[in-house]
Amino acid sequence: MTRAPALPAAARAIVSGDRRALARVISAVENDDPASVPILRALYPRTGRVPVIGFTGPLGVGKSSLINALVAHLRARGETVGILAVDPSSPFSGGSVLGDRIRLERKADDPGVFFRSMASRGESGGVAATTREAARLLDAAGFDHVLIETVGSGQVDVAIQEIASTSVVVLVPHLGDEIQTLKAGMFEIADVFCVNKADLPGADVAKRDLADLVTLGMRRDGWAPAIVTTSTTDGTGIDELWSAIAAHEQYLVQSGVRERQERRRLTHEIVGLVRERVGIELTAELEEDPKLRRLIDQVVDRSMDPRTAATRLYEGRGSRRRPDR
Amino acid sequence: MPRAAKETPIRVLIAKPGLDGHDRGAKVVARALRDAGMEVIYAGLRQTPEEIVRAALEEDVDLIGLSILSGAHMALFPRILTLLKKEKAGNIPVFAGGIIPDEDARRLKKAGIRAIFGPGTSLEEIVTTARQLARGSA
Ligand SMILES: Nc1nc2c(ncn2[C@@H]2O[C@H](COP(=O)(O)OP(=O)(O)OP(=O)(O)O)[C@@H](O)[C@H]2O)c(=O)[nH]1
Ligand SMILES: [Mg+2]
Repeated sequence: MTRAPALPAAARAIVSGDRRALARVISAVENDDPASVPILRALYPRTGRVPVIGFTGPLGVGKSSLINALVAHLRARGETVGILAVDPSSPFSGGSVLGDRIRLERKADDPGVFFRSMASRGESGGVAATTREAARLLDAAGFDHVLIETVGSGQVDVAIQEIASTSVVVLVPHLGDEIQTLKAGMFEIADVFCVNKADLPGADVAKRDLADLVTLGMRRDGWAPAIVTTSTTDGTGIDELWSAIAAHEQYLVQSGVRERQERRRLTHEIVGLVRERVGIELTAELEEDPKLRRLIDQVVDRSMDPRTAATRLYEGRGSRRRPDR
Repeated sequence: MPRAAKETPIRVLIAKPGLDGHDRGAKVVARALRDAGMEVIYAGLRQTPEEIVRAALEEDVDLIGLSILSGAHMALFPRILTLLKKEKAGNIPVFAGGIIPDEDARRLKKAGIRAIFGPGTSLEEIVTTARQLARGSA
């Protein structure tokens, strides 16, 4: 191993517990600020240490309340927590109301908790593309656990499984039809099911229904998802929820699944980054190069099909490279 | 690494210090700012000055909006400004809305609250001022 190079100042600040620096670098990541790139690069060797727990599920089921309850649970044990809460950006205005923070109760001067709201900024799948990098920053900042709440869209937040080591799908009693729509993807991503609002009638029935569905489902990795009932209003099941999460984390390590999971995800991430870069380059070339605009004209007037045009564009890429790169 | 250049949204914290339990006005303003393209961190009711400042720093906001009806503004607002300065975050502009008598408003502005909106203010005016404050042009 080569000796680690000196960290950039902002990276050093994050590692030493400077929360302001952490907050600023998260913004830089969110804004695609190139200044974040060397910081992420420097911190990367310090990441991958901690569990990243994702919470997803329909609107209003209690994801934020559960995270708040787990924060209290973990703080009581002296463990520290970094939280990211993702809410959707409006497709019209690009704006967003980020309201998950309302549920957070902690001592205002507790340095063991860091909470950051993030807007999805147009990313589908419920998790902002930048969430992964923000989670790494929390990891490098030394938090014992990273918790992520994703958009409660009622749809499947499949993207969370690209980031979280354990995904908790939160549901409530009397889901009715909703459970049908969940079947599609939720069962593949849920490592733990949490039936929240167990203080309301019907939680046991919901748990039984879920158990039936879970036994029908097949998981390639051999993990049988746990089902936990909770209530954040009376505190029921919070310990059990954390135990179920911890059990899955332990399983990941012992079974060797974690290693495979990491490899698969990082491969996706790298390919995704290349795709993004190629996309940006090609888009810029199309705008700048009149010859390429003529290629589009041909597709528009039906004298060339889109795939042929794509092949030309892609294969001509290297030769059109500007020498100053 | 080259990435798409785009304008970064303004991040604004909307919080309600004090003990009154009505946040309808704050929510209306939050939605108006969202519709103007801002990312609004809604911190909710009954926030202490310490909590508000902590939220502003963690969320790395460009702007803070405070809503108050309880009459405690003369105690709470200057405390928030002081805490921000103590955290070397005195550059984050703070605006306020709610029921604030003219004489108090004058004093609060002197203390550093950048804009104060009474009950009759149009959302348009609030949005325009908020944007100017966040972009540093007011
Ligand atoms: N009865 C009951 N209500 C609960 C429980 N947990 C949360 N709630 C209520 O459910 C509502 C939504 O709670 P949140 O924690 O904000 O839910 P969420 O899933 O984070 O909501 P979104 O982020 O908007 O999707 C609030 O009014 C909570 O008080 C529970 O265990 N029992
Ligand atoms: Mg929530």
